[in-house]
Order: sequence, then C-alpha cells, then structure tokens
Amino acid sequence: MTHIQPLSPPPETIAATPMRRSARGFLGWLMAPERRGPLLVAPAIATLVIVNVFPLLWSYGLSFFNYNAKRIAVPPRWVGLANYTDLFSDADVWGRFVNTAVIVIGSVTLQLIVGFLLALLFAREFPLRRYLLMLVLAPMMLSLSAVGVFFKLFYEPTFGFIPRLVQEFTGQPVVILDTPVKAMAAIVCADAWMWSPFVMLLVLAGLVSVPKYLYEAAEIDRAGAWRRFRTITFPYIRSLLLLALLFRTIETFKIFDVPYVLTEGGPGTSTETVSVYLFRVAFNYFQTGRASALGYIVLFGVIVLTSLYLYAIQTRRSEQP
Amino acid sequence: MSAREVRSIGQAGWGRTLGAAAVSILYFFPVLFIILAAFKTRQDILTWPVKFVFTPTLDNFVSVFFRVSVEGGAAEATGFGRYFFNSMFIGGSSVLLALVIGTAAAYGFSRFPLRGNDTYLFMILTTRMMPPIIAIIPIFVLFRIFGLSGTYQGIIALYTAFNLPFSIWMVKSFFDDLDRDIEDAARMDGSGEWRVFRRVCLPQIYAGLAATFVFAVILTWNEFVFALLLTGTETRTVPVQIVRTIGGAMGVDWGLLSALETLFIIPVVLVTFALQNQLLRGVTFGTIRR
Repeated sequence: MTHIQPLSPPPETIAATPMRRSARGFLGWLMAPERRGPLLVAPAIATLVIVNVFPLLWSYGLSFFNYNAKRIAVPPRWVGLANYTDLFSDADVWGRFVNTAVIVIGSVTLQLIVGFLLALLFAREFPLRRYLLMLVLAPMMLSLSAVGVFFKLFYEPTFGFIPRLVQEFTGQPVVILDTPVKAMAAIVCADAWMWSPFVMLLVLAGLVSVPKYLYEAAEIDRAGAWRRFRTITFPYIRSLLLLALLFRTIETFKIFDVPYVLTEGGPGTSTETVSVYLFRVAFNYFQTGRASALGYIVLFGVIVLTSLYLYAIQTRRSEQP
Repeated sequence: MSAREVRSIGQAGWGRTLGAAAVSILYFFPVLFIILAAFKTRQDILTWPVKFVFTPTLDNFVSVFFRVSVEGGAAEATGFGRYFFNSMFIGGSSVLLALVIGTAAAYGFSRFPLRGNDTYLFMILTTRMMPPIIAIIPIFVLFRIFGLSGTYQGIIALYTAFNLPFSIWMVKSFFDDLDRDIEDAARMDGSGEWRVFRRVCLPQIYAGLAATFVFAVILTWNEFVFALLLTGTETRTVPVQIVRTIGGAMGVDWGLLSALETLFIIPVVLVTFALQNQLLRGVTFGTIRR
C-alpha cells in the first residue's frame, strides 16, 4: 500500500492546506468531523452557562458581600468570609440542619420500608395489576406544592380526615400541626407517602432482574424462604436499594414545598428546613449575601451526594452483564 | 428484555388482586378524598363520617373560574383560565426548546464523546440536583436588573435551562440503548452523518422523545419555587395561585380548593398511567433503565 500514499494524503493534510481551506471557508472548518461532538453540545452548554453557571458564579461572589437584592442601587459591601463564619457559628442555622436531618432520616427510612413492601406485593403478575399500579404510582408524579395542600386539607382540625378519625377512637379533639413533634411527623408522612412509590419502582426493577434459574436451583436444594431471600433476592436488589437511598436523600435534603405549604416552618421554627430557611433569608429578610453563602454550603453537600450516587450507578452497571 | 411495561417475576391470581386493590385504594385515598370533596356541597364536606355516596355538584368547579361577589350580581372571571393557559403555554414551549437543544447534545454526548465527557455530564446533572433556591437568588437579581421578572420570555428561558439537564440525560439514555450496528450499516451504505442521525437514530427513539417531553411537561407543570418568585400577575402559573388561595386571610373555601386541585392533578394522574413503562427511567433522570 505504501506506493500510493503520495497520491492520496490523509484527510487532515487536505484540510490543513491553505487552498483547500479557502475553498470551503469557515463553514467547512466548522463542519469538520472532529468538531461534530463540540458543535452538537455547544447550544446546551451555552444555555446552561448563561442561565445556570453564570448566576451561580455570581452568587459565589455575592457570598462575600453584604448585599440586599431589593435595593439594587445600593452597592454591595465587601465582608470577606464573614457570611460563612456567621453561618457556622449560628445556632439557628444548625437547628435548621437538624430539622432537615430528622425529616430526611424519618422519611427516607419510611419510604424504604413501605416501598419495599409495596414492591413485594406487586412483584407478581395478577389481573388488573397495571391499573392498581397506577393508583400507587400516581402520588410521586404530583406537584409537591399540591401534595402540601392535600395534606393541609387532610390534617385540617375541624373536618380534616385524620383528626376526625383520631377523635372517633380517642374521643378527644386533636390538632395535628400544633406541636413540633406532631408537625414533624405530619411532614414526614406526607413526604413518605409521596415518594414510597419511587422506592417501589426501583425495588421492582431489582426483583425482576433475578435470574429464574437461581430460584429453581434453590427449590432443588430445599432452601427456606428466608434463606432464598437473603442469598438470592437481596444481592440483586441491594444496589438498587442503595441508589434509592442516595437519590431520596438528595431530594429530601432539599425539601421545600411541603413544609412551606403545610406548616410554614411552624410551630415556631420547629419544622423549618434548610431550604425554607434559605428562602426566608433570601426573600423575606433579603440578606442576599448571607443566603448565597448558605446556598454554597448546601450545594457542597449536594455535589458530594450526587457523586456518590453516580459512583453507585457505575458500580451497578459494571456488576450487570 | 423489553421495557414495555413494569415487569413481574411470576403469576398470581385474583386473590392477589383483591389484596393489592385494598392496599392501592387505601394508598390513593388522599387523592380520592380531594376528588370527592371537589364534587360535594359545603354541608357534605363537613359531615362525618365521610360521605362516599352523595349528590354530586359542579358548583365548586364553576367557582374556580367565576366568582359572584354580590348575591345576584354578574359573575366575574377569577383568572384561573389564564393561569391554566400560562401553565400549559410556559410548560409546553420551554420543554420543546429544551428537547431540541437537549436531543442534539444527547446525540453528541452519546456518539461523539468529548474529552472529559463524563465530567460535563456530571456537571449537567449537578445543576439539576442542586436545590433550585440556590440558583434562584442570583437569577432573581438578574431578572430585576434586566426587567425580566413577570415576563414570558424570562420564565420560559429559565424553565428551558431547568428542563435541559433532564432532557439531555433522558434522551442520551435512549441513544445509548440503540444498536450501533444499524448505524454502521447505514454508513457503509453511504449515508452521511446527518442522514444517520435523522433517518436511522431519531426514528428509533420517537417513543422515548415523547416520554421525555411528557415527563418534562409534568415537572414544569408541578414546579413551584421559580414560578412563585419570578412570575407576575400576567404569567402566574396554577401551583402559585393554589398556594395563594390557601394563604388568603378570610377562611379557606375547601370545596373550591379541592376542585382546583382536582383540575390540576387529573391530567397528571392520567398521563402517569400512559407513561407507566418509562416511569423508572423518568424519575431517575435516565440513570436507571432496568
């Protein structure tokens, strides 16, 4: 083959010769095969940079200033790391993180349990399964704020379903949202109700990925139900349970709409989550600099959790055939 | 294995149906409670035990759209028609934009990987995973400076960016699932790259694109925080108005609120049914396919 090389140089050489380039112009240069990838993703990256990354960098800058977004005319005042040090030493902020942690732990645990049980119920095919699944899966597609409104109605002291049901049994009138513990439980229940179907979907995916021959082999070995579950089923759903746990932790960590609508952070500030607090600092007190700093602390947490999630995704993919 | 529907591990009979029906209806009860309340009169809502059989009325639905302030006076529009239109218009157009930009990017990420491809994808996902509140602080300031708050352009641009990470990850997951041999065969037969994309790859994922579109529209339809802060009286969407309705000082009309919620959620429940097959992929942004 060597003897024909001088006659047909490789394509790069053609593109590099000045005559060729002038013939095809800028458009030719732009449409070259090696620029296909960058060209395709450019609009998306540009949009995200303008609408997401640029504002984020700006708020990173703002986090070192004392600034009020309502008074655009007043120039920001440089305060260095003061916003961050204030936040770290503020007991209020710490309290909001504790509230959020309580909701995350309570709700995600409940979701994993309920979701798992629902998945076991729906693992087999039965008549009308498709339609009944719709009823169970619907809650997670609803609007978070709409669910907040739902449960507000549900917990309503004079005619809400739950207080009246409780009254039926205890004879005592009951107000759900009046104490911190009950209000917290109310939020956890609403959130867990909404997102248990999510866990169910993931566990179902795990259950159906178990090869049938493993169960057949277990049958021959006369393995008990518990042993079958522990040694065959569980290894297949373990990775998906971990993914569900991480995904739901990220999402619940951000919980805003439900407490904002349902309890408005009350009674007092006992159910105010980090996101609700952030909203108040930013848009009720208009301490924009401080809010940006808190935003960055939260963002750091989310980035760590998202990396863990993607790492778990990779691990699962490499385990799968 | 096909991803046509939520798969199962074996057969069970009508006994399981009965058990599952009891659990499902109990689980769906909060939604059912609202839907029933929407058709009840004020008295019926307040009676205990809860009435499941009653004479339905459409009064609540009428009062969603028309308000009679004085007895016998002319009905006055409440503006909810407008808010429903806003929700659909803003959702539809921003998702369409995001889908066009996102499909191109997804094809690029899937077929022509860049140096640091995974890093880009990670950063794109992160912009979606972060609490919207963080991005909204500077965006709020920017919108004020450029006079974009309360305009359609502003909120549509914002929702386009909000839907973009989701569209890219979803559509990429569909492109990744395709059989590359078919494309290579088309190239061998002399198809150019545009033709491979347009005539070979794209037709295979039409269903996926439709699912992505519907999913993103639901996400936008449901979105509350951006809409709360960045829409004005003209561009307000339904969730914001619903929450404003309970925020009212003069007691809440629960019948009206239930009717409102019913109108707001029924489309979502129906669409969920149609999307059942793609639900797993959709709720995990295309990261988990089966």
